[in-house]
Amino acid sequence: MVNIHEVHETNMMIEQEKLDVRTITLGISLLDCCNSDLTTLNQNIYEKITRLAKNLVSTGREIELEYGIPIVNTRISVTPIALIAGQACTSPADFVSVAKTLDKAACDMGVNFLGGYSAIVSKGMTPADENLIRSIPMALSSTERVCSSVNIGSTKTGINMDAVKLMGTIIRETAEATKDTNSLGCAKLVVFCNAPDDNPFMAGAFHGVSEADAVINVGVSGPGVVKHALEGVRGKDFEVLCETVKKTAFKVTRAGQLVAQVASERLGIPFGIVDLSLAPTPAVGDSVAEILEEMGLESVGAPGTTAALALLNDQVKKGGVMASSFVGGLSGAFIPVSEDQGMIDAVLRGALTLEKLEAMTCVCSVGLDMIAIPGDTPASTISGIIADEAAIGMINQKTTAVRLIPVIGKSVGEMVEFGGLLGYAPVQQVNTFGCSDFINRGGRIPPPIHSFRN
Amino acid sequence: MKKTIITVVGKDTVGIIAKVCTYLAESQINVEDISQTIVQGYFNMMMIVDTEGASKPFSEMVTDLDTLGDAIGVRIRCQREDIFTKMHRI
Repeated sequence: MVNIHEVHETNMMIEQEKLDVRTITLGISLLDCCNSDLTTLNQNIYEKITRLAKNLVSTGREIELEYGIPIVNTRISVTPIALIAGQACTSPADFVSVAKTLDKAACDMGVNFLGGYSAIVSKGMTPADENLIRSIPMALSSTERVCSSVNIGSTKTGINMDAVKLMGTIIRETAEATKDTNSLGCAKLVVFCNAPDDNPFMAGAFHGVSEADAVINVGVSGPGVVKHALEGVRGKDFEVLCETVKKTAFKVTRAGQLVAQVASERLGIPFGIVDLSLAPTPAVGDSVAEILEEMGLESVGAPGTTAALALLNDQVKKGGVMASSFVGGLSGAFIPVSEDQGMIDAVLRGALTLEKLEAMTCVCSVGLDMIAIPGDTPASTISGIIADEAAIGMINQKTTAVRLIPVIGKSVGEMVEFGGLLGYAPVQQVNTFGCSDFINRGGRIPPPIHSFRN
Repeated sequence: MKKTIITVVGKDTVGIIAKVCTYLAESQINVEDISQTIVQGYFNMMMIVDTEGASKPFSEMVTDLDTLGDAIGVRIRCQREDIFTKMHRI
């Protein structure tokens, strides 16, 4: 039987250390919605999403109330739309109508984001893939809750450099199309290498084709809980440090696993995975950067940051894997700049540069995330940054992603507000030396030798 | 059996347990165990109760107890037991 101290510990985690379940994401396959008529396709998509998700938000609230743990978001992910709408959509404008259907379904279901306006083009692009990608600026500027992602490479296929080149332009066009809201459209667009099929976190969530008809994935959080636990072991050696992170990650993940199981039972939809990520928010005390600083860094970005992040990421996985029967998604520490007060402070004090962030992405679960860059950054430079991140992912057999926001009209040092969970960020310096001749070559970068395992 | 954990945290005052227990009795909820301690100068009580035969839906109990806590000047939480057992037991 539980004792009063354990109950007190859990409730302190929730009330003072901001333990929460970051998202319950309902993955929905739209493969059975395909139709050659655009109107019918849109009807099928709307009908299927609203049928399966009608109790999603209310179930999330019920669980939150009964277990006393906040469930911050309920969201939906769908099959990559390029696969679903290829028959019916012959132009980028046709695809935008599907984006609007998704947006309406998301609004009517009360979820704050819906992911899956996506294309998987890691080796090559079909005409449908290309039309979807070209529609992204218009789709993201004419919808509120739709999130888009494009997978441009993998360890198995190499990197599709034609897609990398195109995405540099698309990110710029999306920034232009949403310049009235600080280029917010780019905060809903992720470029991936090795994108997971079961990621519950936005903006990169989509429901992969290897998934069942519908599935519940849950993303946990809890940077504040880890930080608090580490406060108790100041000055102790790395063995004690690692053990503390691991034990804490176990507890945090158990809460996520419980919520996932209860949600799955109540909705009558199978449980998929728990994503073990430490996801920060702009709230004070909910920061991954503060964990790294608690380990002994004067500021995140200082020498030692990459090592600290590597051990944090690894211990979170080791503790979390023991706590859940199925782990998936991104699973690790997130390092978005605008969504983490400690990261924002580090940029402001000049301790954290884009190059150091790139190094950090080699050892954590995501990539260059929510970074504001000058509005006049050329498309080829953005493509160059994407190619660098994709190369890190491809060679290291891990997911990497790029979510950069070239804020139109803003230059280095200016502050940009995105609002809510997306936070705010100072515009960061980008290396101004060009790479256009490299990007303009076209074609593919072949997969690395260690991908040939057959 | 559906077990529920009720916790009361706040400044100690006369009649906290009486008021909570009166509410539970009225709602047909059986108290199985009570423990209390002082944590960081605050009164901290935990009750393990059985809500199987409760006359009210769980969500109503949560809000009722929250309101009752506001009236006494303490924080009363009502949570299903699993969140604690899953986290602290392998």
